[in-house]
Amino acid sequence: MAGEHALLEVEDLEMAYGALPVLRGIDFNLDRGEALALLGANGSGKSTLLRLLCGLSKATGGCVRVGGWEMPGEAMRARAQIGLVAHQPLLYDNLTASENLRFFGALYGMHAHARDRRVDEALRSVGMRKWAGSLTRTLSRGMKQRLSIARATLHQPSLLLLDEPYTGLDQGAVALLDGLLEGALAEGCAVVLCTHQLERLPPAIERVMVLSRGKISLDESRRQRDLRELYRAATA
Amino acid sequence: MKTPFLPAVIAIAAKDLRAETRSRELLSLMTLFALLSILVFSFALDLDKRVREESVSGVFWVTLIFASLLGFNRSMAQEQDSGALDAILLTPTPRGAIFLGKLLSNAMITLALGLILLPLMTALYGMNLLDWRVVLTTTVGVFGFCAIGTLLAALTSRSRAREALLPIALLPIALPFVLMATRATKAILAGAPAPEWQGALFMLAAITAIYLALCLLLFGYVVEE
Repeated sequence: MAGEHALLEVEDLEMAYGALPVLRGIDFNLDRGEALALLGANGSGKSTLLRLLCGLSKATGGCVRVGGWEMPGEAMRARAQIGLVAHQPLLYDNLTASENLRFFGALYGMHAHARDRRVDEALRSVGMRKWAGSLTRTLSRGMKQRLSIARATLHQPSLLLLDEPYTGLDQGAVALLDGLLEGALAEGCAVVLCTHQLERLPPAIERVMVLSRGKISLDESRRQRDLRELYRAATA
Repeated sequence: MKTPFLPAVIAIAAKDLRAETRSRELLSLMTLFALLSILVFSFALDLDKRVREESVSGVFWVTLIFASLLGFNRSMAQEQDSGALDAILLTPTPRGAIFLGKLLSNAMITLALGLILLPLMTALYGMNLLDWRVVLTTTVGVFGFCAIGTLLAALTSRSRAREALLPIALLPIALPFVLMATRATKAILAGAPAPEWQGALFMLAAITAIYLALCLLLFGYVVEE
């Protein structure tokens, strides 16, 4: 592990399903406290890239390092630093909100006392404390999404990966998530947010990367140019 | 950083059993199937008392295995469909601990079904299956069979045809369990000398240990993409 390196290092990453290339030559770094919005049309490879970044899929070429730990060789150490909010909430319907979080807390090796405290904090941070004892299957889509964010941030990851996190959230929850992201960035957490909606980008995100046909077609600060135009050109 | 092994096993098994206690989805489905199955066998074998007595151990094991197939499928499909398996794989939990946790919950549910079936079959078939040696054989056989069932359910759960694929993959591999478990149970029920049932039970335990070790090693490769 190298302490001086960027938190997330992606080098010449490639992914193919059989003979079909999905990602080609993906190269970028992300420092602590930096946020990146990953944009792209449907099928551009955003979700595949997120799965590779968190080690749920294995790349066919190149490498991903998180905190200096390379995947898949040192995936256990790398994964411990990652929090993922995916399309699905990744929760158990027949467990209550707090049981879900306590279960994942146990899998992150938290001891009972610390775990209960963190579960309480995480539920409060997403405004779900009132529903701690509610079965997940009885929660609305938006509430499940909030709970999913609580699950992803439970172990205080240093890299937060979010795949379309605003799906199903009401205005209050959107503001809550934006605030949560700002707080995480201020604490030195790096964020990769994947979306295809430019207008939904939270203010805390400065850097924008566009994926087009499995390649990076744009990687700039959102203030540099008219991104809407560039995004249109890049994904055309 | 790795999650400690034993607490992870307990957390996964407890989570499955808690969810099952709430929904009673698996056990009720498996019990209903098993009840219908032993009833059908009971009527089919009713005419010949001798054949019925000889086949009771086979009926017990075939029923238990077919019913547990339903359980394996549902248990892993719930993980896969909700995507929660991905969330578990994202944690630094050793893959062996995930396997043992799932195995433990599957085995507990299958064992509960076996313990429901033993008195029922005693009443229906007029033979005493409520013997500690039968319970011991059932426990060993269930753990071995559930080990391979848990592994293969994880393998087939990503397929759309998982309900059909699992029995096709599982039954040929489970044949040694069926043979040894049936042989041991039959010898116990027939009051055969101890070395006869003990030999079959020892073989069953050996097969269980080998399969358990293999499944433990292979599970990581099966669940990771």
